[in-house]
Amino acid sequence: MIPLSWYLLLSAVLFCLGVAGFLIKRNLITVFMSIELMLNAVNLSFVTFAHQWHAVKGQIFVFFVMMVAAAEAAVGLAIIIAVFRVRQTLAVDRIDLMKL
Amino acid sequence: MNGSLDLLLIPVLPFAGFLLNGLLGRGLPKWLVGTIALLAPLASFAVVLRAALAVWGIGSTTPALPYVETCPIPWIDTGTLHIDFSFVLDQLSLVMLLIVTGVGFLIHIYSVGYMGEEEGYWRFFAYLNLFLFFMTVLVLGGNALLMFVGWEGVGLASYLLIGFWLHKKSAADAGYKAFIVNRIGDFGFLIGLFLLLANFGTLTFAEIASKLEANPGWQGGALTAIALCLLVGAAGKSAQLPLYVWLPDAMEGPTPVSALIHAATMVTAGVYMIVRTHFLFDRSPFALAVVAIVGAATALFAATIGLVQTDIKRVLAYSTVSQLGYMFLGCGVAAYSAAIFHLVTHAFFKALLFLSAGSVIHAMGGEQDMRKMGGLRKSLPVTFWCMTAAVLAIGGFFPFAGFFSKDAILYAAFLHGTGGKVLWFVGFVTALLTSFYMFRLWYLTFLGEPRSEAPHHHATPASMWSVCVILALLSIFGGWIGFGDGLGRLGAFLSPVTGIRAAETGAGNLELYLSIAAVAMAALGWWIADRLYRQRPQRPAELAASLVGPYRVLSNKYYVDEFYRATFVKPLMGISTYVLDWMVDKALLGGGVWVLAGIAKFFGAILQRWQSGNLRSYAGWLAAGAAAVLLFILLPWSSLLATWFGIHLNWGGH
Repeated sequence: MIPLSWYLLLSAVLFCLGVAGFLIKRNLITVFMSIELMLNAVNLSFVTFAHQWHAVKGQIFVFFVMMVAAAEAAVGLAIIIAVFRVRQTLAVDRIDLMKL
Repeated sequence: MNGSLDLLLIPVLPFAGFLLNGLLGRGLPKWLVGTIALLAPLASFAVVLRAALAVWGIGSTTPALPYVETCPIPWIDTGTLHIDFSFVLDQLSLVMLLIVTGVGFLIHIYSVGYMGEEEGYWRFFAYLNLFLFFMTVLVLGGNALLMFVGWEGVGLASYLLIGFWLHKKSAADAGYKAFIVNRIGDFGFLIGLFLLLANFGTLTFAEIASKLEANPGWQGGALTAIALCLLVGAAGKSAQLPLYVWLPDAMEGPTPVSALIHAATMVTAGVYMIVRTHFLFDRSPFALAVVAIVGAATALFAATIGLVQTDIKRVLAYSTVSQLGYMFLGCGVAAYSAAIFHLVTHAFFKALLFLSAGSVIHAMGGEQDMRKMGGLRKSLPVTFWCMTAAVLAIGGFFPFAGFFSKDAILYAAFLHGTGGKVLWFVGFVTALLTSFYMFRLWYLTFLGEPRSEAPHHHATPASMWSVCVILALLSIFGGWIGFGDGLGRLGAFLSPVTGIRAAETGAGNLELYLSIAAVAMAALGWWIADRLYRQRPQRPAELAASLVGPYRVLSNKYYVDEFYRATFVKPLMGISTYVLDWMVDKALLGGGVWVLAGIAKFFGAILQRWQSGNLRSYAGWLAAGAAAVLLFILLPWSSLLATWFGIHLNWGGH
């Protein structure tokens, strides 16, 4: 039996990777994937706790998160395509139209 | 006929005309604007005439005067103070209404011809009707507050009409000047109203009169203060010393306006107000003496300025000021009916003088300088004869209108004790000056040779000369309404309002001698003018050259405008510019706003850097914030800190 802390550690590592990727990577698609990574890291900890406490609530939450992530992926990818059509680039630091 | 005289209609009809022309006039054809503008005063005049006929016993019912009509809706109803929209018809307001609507209607007709080619035709007539509305409210008002409404309203109409040619700076300035000087007078009037309210608890004229009647011993004191305050108001409106300065400048307005507002009706409102409140003045000999002195001084002062003016309308303006001085003199010696009599005849001949002058100006293509006129007798025969009648009337020649009324005032002054003799003498000398400057105007304008090549003489439309003829007939024969034994017909008619005084009824040869003397003075004035301006036309210039000092003082109007500018206008402007504008407005208020705005801007500039628009920096701050919260929860010292700050971390609600 693998102890609980390992799952949590994996979840934390994945989440930190997601945050780092989000902050560091320039490509918008990679940034987007980093967000997915963070969401799934959280999903992992949800499932872990659900298993630990024998509470089904945590697992239901995971389905909600996946659903939102799917919707977000659909909308997000559409936005990314639209941005690329206009700007001919996917570098986040050049997509700064909202700046003063 | 149910016996009602429909007094409410008298002001309401011109107001309807004002609304129609004022709101829709821009889009209406000229003939329709003119028709509306003429119908309103005509209908109003008809209502007044019907009332007059009823009063004289012609008609189905004879109302008992004073006849009061009150609007069913109360105006002010608080505590003990109760003020209604009440209109009062008595002998005094009837005479005044006949003048206002009658002469007003005639001048409306004249204006159709005179203003025919002006832009803003509709605007002119809307203002003119508005003026009639307020003037009739002023005259009919049964309490001092309603009178004050009319009083302010005519001031407004006067301002609008003086500045009618609003693109002309001098006209706009003259409008301001009239408005501001009148405000000073109105301030006095308003203080008088408050004093009345404090002392009598009511503003209704009839109630004040009856309260005074119940206290026969009440003299002077507060009554003097009230009377003097009202006098300040009257002096502002009626252009008396020291507030006369606006009237000559008001000549910037169109000539029919000068005739209607600044000669015949509005400027006599001060006289009307004093007569209307004469029961107050009667209880204060001091205030009456002040009225008389102001009147006599103004009469003489303005007449001397009129001697040397060269603008035809300004001569008439100073003559108006001077004649108003006569009316005040009449009020001051308690000869109220004589003052009203002079008001009536003056309305006739001064309106005629202005309208004739308007015809001359119209014919000369806008030229107002008398030195460039001359010899107009041949090209303007009707105007010439009308003007002659008016000049004889104002000069006080028998049997023209001015003779009777001026004589009545001078006679009353002569009988008014020792001081009255002085007043009479001042008026007597003024009669000479009046006759002189009027004949000077007459010679310069109509006789002699033309002194300039007028571009072409415009023909005078029938609407203009026919009005002049009617007014000329009134100027010739109008004086007879005041003729008769003792008080005269008009005086007897007015006596229920003005009261009867022994001094006025004293008959005998004295009045005849005084009349002959006055006519002799007037004839002397004519003779001097004839010598100077007909027989030896170069003589006036020589006289002016030999008397440089006096001539300069007179032609600069005693430097009164300059004096006022230096003592009142300049310091006020200085205070407004440096204290109120720079220190209070710009430094204090503006500075405070700038400081507050500066603080907001400063912090804004700092916080602005946060909003870089860079997605990753936002995410970075987000992550840092989340990490900080996490740290805060996890580290033991931070939870100690939280307890110390009173923050209770609460998980799950337990």
